[in-house]
Amino acid sequence: MSRIRSAIALALAALVAAPALAEEAAPAKQDWSFSGIFGTYDRAALHRGFQVYHDVCSACHSLSRVRYRDLQEIGFSEDEVKALAAEKKVTDGPNDQGQMFERPARPADAIVPPFSNEQLARLANNGALPPDLSLIVKARKGGPDYVNAILTGFVDAPPDAKIPDGMFYNAAFPGHAIAMPPPLADGVVTYADKTPATVPQMAHDVVTFLNWAAEPELEARKKMGLRVMIYLVLLTAMLYAVKRKVWSKLH
Amino acid sequence: MAAPTPPPENAIVRWIDSRLPIFGFVKHHLQDYPTPRNLNYLWNFGSIAGIMLVVMILTGVLLAMQYTAHVDLAFNSVERIMRDVNYGWLLRYLHMNGGSFFFAAVYLHLLRGMYYGSFKAPREILWWLGIIILLLMMATAFMGYVLPWGQMSYWAATVITNLLSAIPVVGNDIVTWLWGGFSVDNPTLNRFYALHYLLPFVIFAVVFVHLWALHTVKSNNPLGIEPKKQQDTIPFHPYYTVKDLFGFGMFFLVYLAVVFFAPNLLAEPDNYIPANSLVTPAHIVPEWYFLPYYAILRAVTINISIPFTGIVLIPAKLGGVIAMFGSILILFFLPWLDSSPIKSGRFRPIFKQLFVLFVVDCIVLGWVGANRPDEMLMMGPDMGIPYLMIGQVATLYYFGHFFVLLPLLARFEKPRPLPDSISAAASGQG
Amino acid sequence: MADTVGKTEQAGETRRDFLILATTAVGVVGAAAALWPFIDTMNPAADIRALSSVDVDLAPVAVGQRITVKWRGKPVFIDHRTAEEISKAQQDDKADLRDPATDASRVKKPEWLVLIGICTHLGCVPLGQKPTDPRGDWGGWFCPCHGSTYDTSGRIRKGPAPRNLEVPDYVFTTDTTIKIG
Repeated sequence: MSRIRSAIALALAALVAAPALAEEAAPAKQDWSFSGIFGTYDRAALHRGFQVYHDVCSACHSLSRVRYRDLQEIGFSEDEVKALAAEKKVTDGPNDQGQMFERPARPADAIVPPFSNEQLARLANNGALPPDLSLIVKARKGGPDYVNAILTGFVDAPPDAKIPDGMFYNAAFPGHAIAMPPPLADGVVTYADKTPATVPQMAHDVVTFLNWAAEPELEARKKMGLRVMIYLVLLTAMLYAVKRKVWSKLH
Repeated sequence: MAAPTPPPENAIVRWIDSRLPIFGFVKHHLQDYPTPRNLNYLWNFGSIAGIMLVVMILTGVLLAMQYTAHVDLAFNSVERIMRDVNYGWLLRYLHMNGGSFFFAAVYLHLLRGMYYGSFKAPREILWWLGIIILLLMMATAFMGYVLPWGQMSYWAATVITNLLSAIPVVGNDIVTWLWGGFSVDNPTLNRFYALHYLLPFVIFAVVFVHLWALHTVKSNNPLGIEPKKQQDTIPFHPYYTVKDLFGFGMFFLVYLAVVFFAPNLLAEPDNYIPANSLVTPAHIVPEWYFLPYYAILRAVTINISIPFTGIVLIPAKLGGVIAMFGSILILFFLPWLDSSPIKSGRFRPIFKQLFVLFVVDCIVLGWVGANRPDEMLMMGPDMGIPYLMIGQVATLYYFGHFFVLLPLLARFEKPRPLPDSISAAASGQG
Repeated sequence: MADTVGKTEQAGETRRDFLILATTAVGVVGAAAALWPFIDTMNPAADIRALSSVDVDLAPVAVGQRITVKWRGKPVFIDHRTAEEISKAQQDDKADLRDPATDASRVKKPEWLVLIGICTHLGCVPLGQKPTDPRGDWGGWFCPCHGSTYDTSGRIRKGPAPRNLEVPDYVFTTDTTIKIG
């Protein structure tokens, strides 16, 4: 039986190791406040990250699955949320005259996208479509590490790299030619909490924010998970004791 | 053995039982039911699979209350479940990972059957019902994966339904019929939703027939010797009720650890991108439990034609489909392919080793399925083996195990001596 | 000898029974706690809870005019009451009411009456919003389903309805706009 187990273990180990042999190097692992079984979202990072999204990324990227009211969960007050929403207009209607009209966005509305449809977005971006960022962290292999690597990967191209016109060299992007111009530069945002806005800092903060946008339930999930696991360990141990007691009846 | 049981003491119980014998049924089939005393923990996976079916149906029905099966709304409805519905994220992750753990339990249950000869007489029909359940599960899982309407949902549906066009003469008509249109689109999504809701209840019914067959022939055991004396068996309750509950605890510890702390461990990131019929993902991969069949499908690359003519009898695409379905259908014939009169691998030393190789082969097939056939496994800076070749060897070994090795073993293997009885073996060990 | 064996056996049984009892208790508690998410998931989701207030502009509503707006899927009657309707409502404060309430307790500004337009009997929408509708003997609203009759304060006066028409939570955000919910 143990030989069977070790053979299977060896095969599984090969299975796990093999993908690393076949594909590109995985993005550098970062320290995220939300990783691990005790992970939570660093509120300060979330606020700074939202500021980066708001000041830089929202010019091209939508975040349509997040509603303005959701920002209250990360520490914005009701008034701050109303003010943020009111910055943009949405089309509503028809009114009683049968006309569509524009009104300021409300907290229940989704964060207003920069372009009202795909064609306008492509027109403004050389034919490329800046993806919606609500799920980007879950939609890419490597998750937050990958997105962080992209944002910090706009380094000088090596001499033999062939980058087509209108594209940019990125160390982390598959194929190394990305349509997005480097969005971050030191000091492009002035943080309200006076943290120095270096590129790695901004990348770290905006990825923390984007992870929240993709997984708003993370803190509740891990908290519940901890309680469930402790309970289950206890119950399973008790069930094992009962099993042993019951079976001891059989000489 | 068949001494009449005394009537129940409680008057209410007697009143109900004389009209519908539910209490008598429970007593006979769940309490007193004689079970071999020597079952090991590999026998827990049947009840674990059962509880996972219940979990899938419960979470599925609650998800169905919030999901919308329309190409324009499906992805958004799933995101709404994740973000807005109370505990929606929990239901979704339980259902998503529950499917994987359901298959894990069923595969281990199946391998237990293969190793201990639980498919041999008189348990052939029990075994066939199990394979039918596996096929229904595969259909259910395939259709379920399409419902979120992500990139992988759409493209896996497209690739797999397109396979049926390999069927000669009627293939294209069948595919159009299945699609309800000229590509995977809204009619396809809607009918997959309807069928995905229906099939689990069909599975439920087949599970009952499976248990009926089981209770007719009674459980096998690790020695592969049928119970002969009263001391060979023990009542199901409390021994196996308690052991099964403990088994649930251990299984759920792993399952819920994944649900709460690594819910996307087994998921494909591409499925968090809404389906786009104009953009094919770089890497179309099915869920892990389909990977071995995917490898077998892609392993067949040659057409079978009449030599010296150009006439193709079985094109490679059809060959792949036949091999893929064949890899499961071959299990129906296992009682006759592995015809050794010795049931348990414990007393078959060569079979034991070949079984290990078989399991390793299945894992290798799964690994191949996860990679592109044209990519290479690098053995050194300049030397590599194409995954396709590894897959072909592994596929040949898979069928070789069933068609060649097992029948040969049945004829030529010398088994170890069997103990006299289950209780003799138990007392021999102290 | 037999005595001590008997006693340890009994003690063993009691220990086993306690363990089984304790395990069962822990299991039942866990099952009950696990059940809650499956029940709560059917409660209104966050997006439903969020769309729970609506703003209404009252400026275009003339004196004596009644308008209907939709709030949380339900009709809300807004009545710009005439002086006559207000005085009739206030006079009946002391009348024999099935569901006693003063008119003042049901309005924020006496000329504006805001009611949920669902009959408290079995849920029909009472008539009275259009000038051509029957309004019942008290000039308020009349429910055609079973004849419940409401006065100009929305109080039940005749018919099977047990309670007055419900007044929703609302505030005057300006002199001419209210926010319901």
